[in-house]
Amino acid sequence: MFRRERSIPLRGSAAALCNNLSVLQLPVHNLTHFGVVHGPSAQLVSAAPEGVPLAQRQLHAKERAGVSLPLITQVHWCVLPFRILLVLTSHRGIQMYESDGSVMVYWHALDSGDASPVQAVFARGIASSGHFICVGTWSGRVLVFDVPAKGPNIVLSEELAGHLTSVTDIASEHAQEQDCIADMVTADDSGLLCVWRSGPEFKLLTRIPGFGAPCTSVQLWQGIVAAGYGNGQLCLYEASTGTLHAQINAHARAICALDLAPMVGKLLSAAEDTFVHIWKLNRNLKNGCIEVEHCHGECVPDTQVCGARFCDPSGSSLAVTGYDLAEILRFSSV
Amino acid sequence: MSMRTLPLLFLNLGGEMLYILDQRLRAQNIPGDKARRVLHDIISTMFNKNFIEELFKPQELYSKKALRTIYDRLAHASIMRLNQASMDKLYDLMTMALKYQVLLCPRPKDVLLVTFNHLDAIKGFIRDNPALVHLVDETSQQLIEAYGGLSAGEFQLIRQTLLTFFQDLHIRVSIFLKDKVQNSNGRFVLPVSGPVPWETEVPGLIRMFDHKGKEVKRTEFRHGGNYIAALKEGSFELYGDRVLKLGTNMYSANRPVETHTSGASKNLASQSQQSIAPNPLAKEELNFLAKLMGGMEIRKPSGPEPGFRLNLFTTDEEEEQAALTRPEELPHEVVNIQATQDQQRNQELARIMGEFEVTDQPRWSASKGDDLLAMMDEL
Repeated sequence: MFRRERSIPLRGSAAALCNNLSVLQLPVHNLTHFGVVHGPSAQLVSAAPEGVPLAQRQLHAKERAGVSLPLITQVHWCVLPFRILLVLTSHRGIQMYESDGSVMVYWHALDSGDASPVQAVFARGIASSGHFICVGTWSGRVLVFDVPAKGPNIVLSEELAGHLTSVTDIASEHAQEQDCIADMVTADDSGLLCVWRSGPEFKLLTRIPGFGAPCTSVQLWQGIVAAGYGNGQLCLYEASTGTLHAQINAHARAICALDLAPMVGKLLSAAEDTFVHIWKLNRNLKNGCIEVEHCHGECVPDTQVCGARFCDPSGSSLAVTGYDLAEILRFSSV
Repeated sequence: MSMRTLPLLFLNLGGEMLYILDQRLRAQNIPGDKARRVLHDIISTMFNKNFIEELFKPQELYSKKALRTIYDRLAHASIMRLNQASMDKLYDLMTMALKYQVLLCPRPKDVLLVTFNHLDAIKGFIRDNPALVHLVDETSQQLIEAYGGLSAGEFQLIRQTLLTFFQDLHIRVSIFLKDKVQNSNGRFVLPVSGPVPWETEVPGLIRMFDHKGKEVKRTEFRHGGNYIAALKEGSFELYGDRVLKLGTNMYSANRPVETHTSGASKNLASQSQQSIAPNPLAKEELNFLAKLMGGMEIRKPSGPEPGFRLNLFTTDEEEEQAALTRPEELPHEVVNIQATQDQQRNQELARIMGEFEVTDQPRWSASKGDDLLAMMDEL
């Protein structure tokens, strides 16, 4: 059971994008940072444990002179071994900031190169993998940036080919010691998933084809890929082989966000049907099969949810954003 | 955002405009021949070949200001006149209706069915004019060609782009409030029951498989909604049963066209967002307007044709009252053209605007710059 907690007000409403909420938990400082895209601006809010807002900041995408402000597609905190960077993707390029958004440390302009006039050019899909930050693009290429322990000397080290349509989301998890462990997955508009192993050179391990619906959000936990699709379906795959292990008719509209509480194997799914569902993932130790059970469902009335995240590692609290809503809704379990 | 959104936005808003004007023309007892003339003129302007060609070119979605300018011109394409307050109300109704339709589309692709619903109804308004019907059919054909082959992912981007356009609009519409599809805070009701979209399963089933792909377990969970399977898919052909009701004419003789436009409903925070942008109408938007309006053929009324004024409110007093309480921050009130860097483009737009001149309001003069500003101010 979840109950509504105090909402955090936003200066601007949330845009109708997928994965439109990023949360950075800073338990040491008793703070939580939230990031939401409004449109041409993104909002960062810091809040105390009870949801009391403490600080606000707005970021904009870099623009060319005389042209209207470009739209932001996503904002996301990347936790790297020695630092935390805030990454902002837009129709212009990729911006990286210090974690509080105060200083921009890196800017990468997108190359619209061989785009046809009818093609929208943008970056979308952000994840950290070791000391790399990976960002997806409109063409399907995934850009890999090598990030030093400190300073602005960030370098584009690789461009991954694997997708033929626009990247939607990227997820990663801490690599294990063994070889051939998949630690990153990228998703695209056609529903295709690419599973990678990170390293000085990223290696494509397997591809999981789509079935017509875009894969809007993806997560990776203990070698299990969780993928949410535009037709409301949630699927679980074995990352190393691409085998489908679970198919859930989870939502009546497009799934727009997935998040994990990795310590307890909880997965949340949020969709445009106004529902947020919590699931428990499990590996059956006897046969190695992946199992899933439904824990709880929460309706956010009349709200087309566009972002949702757990706010603590045990998954006992969560935050939700909705299209046109100028506040971050908070829930905690009772 | 998507570069394919403008035709869908324009055609659907145009369709809503015609529904509302048709209802008001009947409610105000405008003589049949005059009413038909007005709809005929607007539709023939809307579907003018050159205009449609410009419309379908890939381009960004421009601001509400720029789009509003097009509809101002369109509404005045005939012998009918609208006061500022009535034009505001007309535009509010059009935009809120389309916002509702886009938001409630079961699938992103269904916005195409909404568009076909509008076009089907438009053909009904001018069914006695085969040439005009043919023109509308040609546009339908262009829609099929431009959108028929798009993927679900591309439609999702289109939907997101449309929703960006409608973000923060919460004007309360009486007909929506009465039907309980809109709450008193201006937000639309999102039902959690009824048929699921085509190609979506009813939520509730979990299937689990082993490494060989064999189903080993099946469980159910309580979703929380009350959904049933999709009935059938609407037709994306030139003619056919669209199945979806969104985009059909919700105004009938018995349902008057009313809005509440409470000042609080416009999100002031987002208005101040827009004013951060250096140019309210940037150079690109001027280009866009020039191109689009260049494609529009406005037929000037020949001879001393008696025009008439249409009122979107129930009485003249109401219209006057609405004009007085018009919120100050409405962006289209003053269009400050600071595109002095691009005199040539400015002149081009000015020339085209000159062609739209209404016979009884001579305001065109030789000095372009200032008069263009003045002319835009009068919109």
